Parts: sequence; C-alpha cells; structure tokens
Amino acid sequence: MIAERWINWIVLLGFVVLPLWALFADEPFTITLATRAVILALAAVGLNIALGIGGLVSLGHAVFFGLGGYAMGILAHHAQTYAPLELGPLVIEGTKSMPIIWVTALVTSALAALVIGLLSLRTTGVYFIMITLAFGQMFFFFSISWSAYGGEDGLSIYVRNDFPGLNTLQPIQFFGLCLAVLCLALGIHSRLRTSPFGLALNAARQAPERVETVGLNPMRLKLLAFVISGALTGLSGALFADLNRFVSPTMFSWQLSGELIVLIIIGGVGRLMGPVIGAALFVALEHLLGGLTEFWLVWLGVILLLIVLFARGGIIGILTGKAGPNV
Amino acid sequence: MSEPVLATRNLKKAFGALQATDDVSIDLRAGEIHAIIGPNGAGKSTLIAQICGGYRPDAGTVHLAGVDVTSLSTAERAQRGLGRTFQISALAMEDTVLENALLGAVGHARKPWRLWGAVERDRSLRDRAMEALARVGIADLADQITANLSHGQRRQLEVAVALTLAPKAFIMDEPMAGLGAEGSKVMTTFLDGLRSEAPILLVEHDMDAVFALADRISVLVYGRVIATGSVEEIRNSREVREAYLGEEA
Ligand SMILES: Nc1ncnc2c1ncn2[C@@H]1O[C@H](COP(=O)(O)OP(=O)(O)OP(=O)(O)O)[C@@H](O)[C@H]1O
Ligand SMILES: [Mg+2]
Repeated sequence: MIAERWINWIVLLGFVVLPLWALFADEPFTITLATRAVILALAAVGLNIALGIGGLVSLGHAVFFGLGGYAMGILAHHAQTYAPLELGPLVIEGTKSMPIIWVTALVTSALAALVIGLLSLRTTGVYFIMITLAFGQMFFFFSISWSAYGGEDGLSIYVRNDFPGLNTLQPIQFFGLCLAVLCLALGIHSRLRTSPFGLALNAARQAPERVETVGLNPMRLKLLAFVISGALTGLSGALFADLNRFVSPTMFSWQLSGELIVLIIIGGVGRLMGPVIGAALFVALEHLLGGLTEFWLVWLGVILLLIVLFARGGIIGILTGKAGPNV
Repeated sequence: MSEPVLATRNLKKAFGALQATDDVSIDLRAGEIHAIIGPNGAGKSTLIAQICGGYRPDAGTVHLAGVDVTSLSTAERAQRGLGRTFQISALAMEDTVLENALLGAVGHARKPWRLWGAVERDRSLRDRAMEALARVGIADLADQITANLSHGQRRQLEVAVALTLAPKAFIMDEPMAGLGAEGSKVMTTFLDGLRSEAPILLVEHDMDAVFALADRISVLVYGRVIATGSVEEIRNSREVREAYLGEEA
C-alpha cells in the first residue's frame, strides 16, 4: 500500500509533467484538456470542504460554478461592448482583469452560499440534497430567461481575460495560472482540515450532538464550511468560463452538481487529492471514450458503481488501503 | 445549604400518551454526587436530555448556578457549565481518541473559528486534552481510532471529554456500563474524587457503585420521583423496595 502523501505528490507532479511534455511535443489540445481537469478539480476541491469534511451533500454547487462563470461573462461582456453595467444610479465598468473578476466571483458565490446555507442547513439528509437542488434549478431557469446576457444561448467572450505579468492567450501560461490557484485551494483544504475549525467540523459530521455538548454550534460550523466551499467553486467557475471564453446556463445545471459529487466519490471523499484524481479521470475518460461512443458517461457510471460497491474511499482508498483519511 | 448548582422544577415531558418525566424536581448541590436510579424506561435519560437541552420540556424549569437556562440551546448550556456524558456513546468514531478530547478542549477554549494552525500543535489545547485522557486512564490510547475502542473505553473517553470542559456540574448517564468489575471499581474511585471539583448527577444501574458513591439518591419510576434521600434511607424505604429494588431481588 502506498502512503497518501506520496500519491498526492505524484498526482501533482503528473499535472506539471504532462502539460510540459505537451508543450514540447506541440500538442496544445492536451494542455487545454489538462486545464479543464485542473479547473474541474478546483470546483470539486471546493465542494469537498462541504461534502468531505462537513458531510454536506450539496446537489446545488453548480449555483456557485455558474455565478463565477457569469461574474466573468458579465464583466467581460461590458468591457468588450464598452457599455458600462447600469444598476439604477450605480454604474459599473466592465473589466478584462482576472483578479477583479476573481474577487467578484468569490464574493458573489460566498454571499449566495451564505443565503442558501442559512435556508438549507436547517434540514439534513435527503431534504438538504433536495433544497440545494432546488436552488440550483432556480438559478438555472433564471439564467435561461435572462436575455440581457444571452439567455439560453449564453454569452461569448472574444478574448481571454488578462492577468498581470502573464500572456493568458498562451495555453501553457493560462494552465500554470489555473494550477497555481488549484494548489492554493489544496493548501486551504489541508490547513483547514487540521485546524480547530476543521476538527470541529469533522466532528459535526460524525456526531453533531457531541459538538453541541462541548458548547459549539454544529450548524454555524457547517455554514462557514458551506460559504468557503461555495466561494472556491465560484472561483473555478470564473476560470472555466475563461477557458472556454463562453458562459451559458449549463454551468448552473444539476448535472454539473452531480458530476462534481461523482468526481469526489471516485477520487475519495474527504481526501485532499480525491477531487483532483477524480477530475483527471473524468476528463481523460471524456476525451478517450467520448470520441468512440456518445455513451461514455455510462462507463463513468460503471466505474462509480464499482467504487461505491467495492472500494469505500475511492481510488485513494484502493491505493492506500484506507477507507477514510484516518481509518 | 447554599443555592444548588443545578435545579429542576416540575419538569414534564410526554411522548404521545407516554409521560416520560412527570413533575421532576431535583437539586444538585456543590460537592455532592446525586444518583438517579430507576428501572429501564423510567425516564432517566429523558430527564438528562431536558437538563442538557436535547429535549424542550413540556413544562417546568432548569436552573444552572441560579440562572434559568430552560430556553437555552444545548451548546449555550454547555458553555455555562454543563458537562455531559451519553448513555449511548456520541463520539467522532472515525477520529482518534486524542481528537475527540481535543474537540472538548476547542469547545472549552471557544476556538472553533480558528481556520489556520494545526490543532494538535496548539500546546494549551493538547495539554488539556492529554491531561483529561490521563485522568481517566486512557492516555496510552490517544492515537487509536475511536471506533476500535471497547465499550468500556468509550465510556472513559466520554468522561474525559466532559473533563476537558471543566464544567460546573457533571451529568453522567451510565458511565459504568460495559466497564466490567475491575473498570467499574477504578471509575468509582475516580468519580469519588471528582465530586470536589464539580458535583455529579449520576444515572447508574450498577448499584454497588451507586451505594458506594451517592450522597443522595432519587428514585425515578414511571417518570416520577418516588423518593429522595441518603443511601440508608433509600435502602430502607419500603416503597422503593417494592417499586424498584424489589424487582432486582
Ligand atoms: N424520542 C422518544 N420518542 C418516544 N418515546 C421515547 C423517546 N425517548 C424515550 N422514549 C420513551 O420514554 C420512556 C423513558 O425513556 P428513557 O430513555 O428516558 O428511560 P431510561 O430511564 O433512561 O431507561 P434506561 O435505563 O433503559 O436507559 C421509555 O418508555 C422510552 O421508550
Ligand atoms: Mg437511559
């Protein structure tokens, strides 16, 4: 059995070596695929904080992914049309600056997570899943009817946004930027997990009544986890939109929320690199099988089924021989 | 006698037609162990849940250190000094023994909003947790996964977590269950010394332990307190023997 720490480093190394190879072999599409995997991994790393540590099965994380996407789409749209966004007396200039877009995505999705969390954390189990799903659908249908930003057709952004000091039009540079953000998010997860907050959150998942009897409020712990989680997934949405130079209501779809959960389960729930491994496998299968058959998702389903039935702890669980981070 | 540390007045709780506690008024005074005994289903755990905030009583009040806490949440009552152990262990089973004790230390220090810095490297939290484990005799199990502990060891861990809170009053629901004869003796000696730190409301089926420890005993039958008194008084009460002790003989 392999120690989890080694697996983590090997996976990260893979994410450095493969795109560099692609760069020298002149395979830009591979770099784009790797970027896609990194961004999906970031979305799932965000969800993993709520799901893996806090036990919150959110089927509405596409809300944050979509909000991040539209934060990018709307700001860049106003910049490329040279028409500021007018909200009554408030006039907001569009921007092509990634840092400003990222902050907007983080703040918007954190606020949305706060409101959604406050309303849905009163419930648990299947009711929590249903309420978060309902919020997702609300945003989905709203975005479809929002004709100012393309409605069902979505919004195209002609040129990728800027990051100071980088040429983001070069796939490898944009990839590196996304990888750096992912590493930052992984750092946040790992720090959080071992902090007093992480300890309490992790206990709130397993034994909420115990957490209460030591004088802590499990709901507030889960709410903060949900907000941090939503913010990170929101940031990934902004990057995803920038990768495709396109946003559309599908970013809000419940299928996306479901896929994020599936990625985490395949990689390993609550494990630091679980979402990263899951996302890499997802994108690889999508690319390799997607060309052969339209039904490649069936094969993903089979893998998911096998893992749920026979390998608690996902791929990391199989490799380490440990079903959970501790056991 | 000064004001009791913990006092319930006329607590009532019904589950449908079943009156689980009926007009229960008991006091817990500084320095004492007050045992609650009664047959299975008498309402002992329900009483504890009302004291600690798990169930809202249908009627009656709970006072802690003179303050009415009846409308407070479980967490707020814990912050004000209730240290509880559960009859059915409520522990983070996937976590280590030390992590469970650390949770108590984090609660006591009110540090749950620290998002940075490893909890195990926080000296003061770690010392408090390890000290509590050492006091109940399971310091050597600190790195074990809680799910791998025996029933008795989980009981000890429950008590250790309560210790990390340095509460004003301990509320213990069957801390001896599953400990075995030897473990029971050790725990009895431990609780005997603990009462000088904070009084203990002790629900327990192990009569040897109860008679050895209790300053006062209340007998609960069908949700009602049928007698409160010293060990001698309870042992010699005909009513109690008929209603409860008689069953065991
Ligand atoms: N949540 C509940 N809903 C319905 N009935 C309940 C509930 N909790 C307890 N009861 C019932 O209330 C009565 C008192 O239960 P309680 O657990 O307080 O007894 P106890 O004295 O602690 O018993 P034991 O010695 O077995 O622990 C029992 O008849 C039990 O079945
Ligand atoms: Mg009971």
